Amino acid sequence: MLKHLRENKSAQGTLLALPTMVWMMGLLIIPLILTAVVSVGQRSPDGNVIYSFSLDNYIRLIGYSTDCANGQASCFDPLYVSILGRSLTLAFNTTVLVILLAYPLAYFIARAHPKKRNSYLFLVLIPLWTNFVIRVYAWMILLRQEGVINIILGWLAHLFHIPFQPLEMLYTPGAVLVGMVYEFLPFMILPIYTSLEKIDNSLYEAAADLGANAARTFTRVTLPLSMPGVVAGTILVFIPVMGTFIVSDILGGRQVILVGNLIQRQFLDARDPTFGSAASLILMVMTLIVTYFYTRKFGFGEEIVVA
Amino acid sequence: MNPHRRSPFVSLAAILVYVFLYAPIIALVLYSFNASKANVKFEGFIPAYSDRVVTEGSLVKSSPCGPFHWYCDLAKNREVIGAAKNTLTIAFTATIIATIIGTMAALALQRYDFKLKPFSQLSLYIPIVIPEIVMGIGILTLFSQVFGWLNTTFSLNGDARWTMGLGTVIVSHIAFMVPFVTLVVQARLQGFDKSYEEAAMDLGANEWTTFRRVTLPMILPGVLSGALLAFTLSLDDFVITFFTNGPGSTTLPIYVYGLLRRIITPQVNALSTVWILVVLTAVILLQVIQGRESKQYS
Repeated sequence: MLKHLRENKSAQGTLLALPTMVWMMGLLIIPLILTAVVSVGQRSPDGNVIYSFSLDNYIRLIGYSTDCANGQASCFDPLYVSILGRSLTLAFNTTVLVILLAYPLAYFIARAHPKKRNSYLFLVLIPLWTNFVIRVYAWMILLRQEGVINIILGWLAHLFHIPFQPLEMLYTPGAVLVGMVYEFLPFMILPIYTSLEKIDNSLYEAAADLGANAARTFTRVTLPLSMPGVVAGTILVFIPVMGTFIVSDILGGRQVILVGNLIQRQFLDARDPTFGSAASLILMVMTLIVTYFYTRKFGFGEEIVVA
Repeated sequence: MNPHRRSPFVSLAAILVYVFLYAPIIALVLYSFNASKANVKFEGFIPAYSDRVVTEGSLVKSSPCGPFHWYCDLAKNREVIGAAKNTLTIAFTATIIATIIGTMAALALQRYDFKLKPFSQLSLYIPIVIPEIVMGIGILTLFSQVFGWLNTTFSLNGDARWTMGLGTVIVSHIAFMVPFVTLVVQARLQGFDKSYEEAAMDLGANEWTTFRRVTLPMILPGVLSGALLAFTLSLDDFVITFFTNGPGSTTLPIYVYGLLRRIITPQVNALSTVWILVVLTAVILLQVIQGRESKQYS
């Protein structure tokens, strides 16, 4: 049998890939299938799953209800749809803000002297190595009513003799947006930098020789050639923002509920895994659709693996 | 035209983004020296050293460790030490397994043709394109259903019951690490000259010797950077651990999250500061080692 294996290249390949395939099957694909199966099941009174086929959870997500307060036959409750909408809007806003902040920095690093580039990049990576949860907590210190930002604003106001009331920033949608932008900014800087760094200097020289000014060089040379980085960065930012629940949990203080919070609560507080699974599946489908159309329009950047 | 010439606006914007990146971290470190136990306002440093801790209301007036009071407090915190141990146990075990099987898969995908190859390659991209929470609750459902079934079918009681713990966390961490290891090693294998291996075989080395003496040393930098990436992903992971941990397998991120929802003393800041310092030291050490190696070869 061993001799047979020595000659059979295909069997060797399968054997080498086998442990990984077992893991991907057992902890990725089977759990996803199970999520789909559970999502059409029903919740038992003690919070377990009764396997059956009903679309109740999905109907509840859309907001259609037959159990109405005012005695009508059916009514519409947009609660969950609005949560989905809020998550999509937040992910979109975060991605746009992150691109606006990441691009100048990535450009700065890419155009810096080659000897300095690594140090500049290192400075981007240090915050990334600080733990995710710790980074959210750091913003609590800054945004609190007696926090650092209000102290600084107070000083400035005092300096210019302006009356000052401490701003309420923590536990608002704005705080969640800032937290998300902060958490995912490095994931955009790295791929944009990678694609900007690849641009050959001779292209800039050619553009200059042909009489293009700085703005025209940027819009016709730099920007188009850095698009793969922007696309890869968008995927690396948009998808996790859609599913994250810690940022909204800590900086939103239960005021800002996103899909992630909805799912998490179904599994921990509400003990309704069937509804949580349905919401989770909807979340997955939503991100896949957005990613599909986005990458079909702009292409799937290689930079994603680099980051 | 000087290629490194930049508009001053770009430099200004870059400086502002750096300030944005570092302001929270500086505040975090500063507040780890806060004299105020409530840690809402910065009440100044703890002024003096003394034999025992002296407090006045919520203010710490003096402490055996002086300004480093919260760091000493942290060192005595058993929960933190336990969580740190768990975090490292999980990261090391999962990284070793994920690196080995991920490298094997990379070799298979790059070198061999087999029936399930397209499927295996595609499955590696799943963790990148779906949110982590979807994976987390899927794994949670799988474990709770399987364990529930095992426990009732074999009517297991007490310690014999299958429960979530270090094991489930490690197994789940391996699942999200493997794709990254495989993709990194694969990228390394792509630029690989096969003639070295053919030369070794021609000179009479068998496959195993060829792998050990030729292939492995050449792909080692890729394998190591894959392992490092996997290790940092594990240290940083919150979501998957959150859904797969059980009693006795709390990691540092889970512990910190728990504290944030209750009372936060500057101890959390001290813990964060130590964390940043440890990670930073490890990364700088690695850079130095890698720098030396690349100098040796060039």
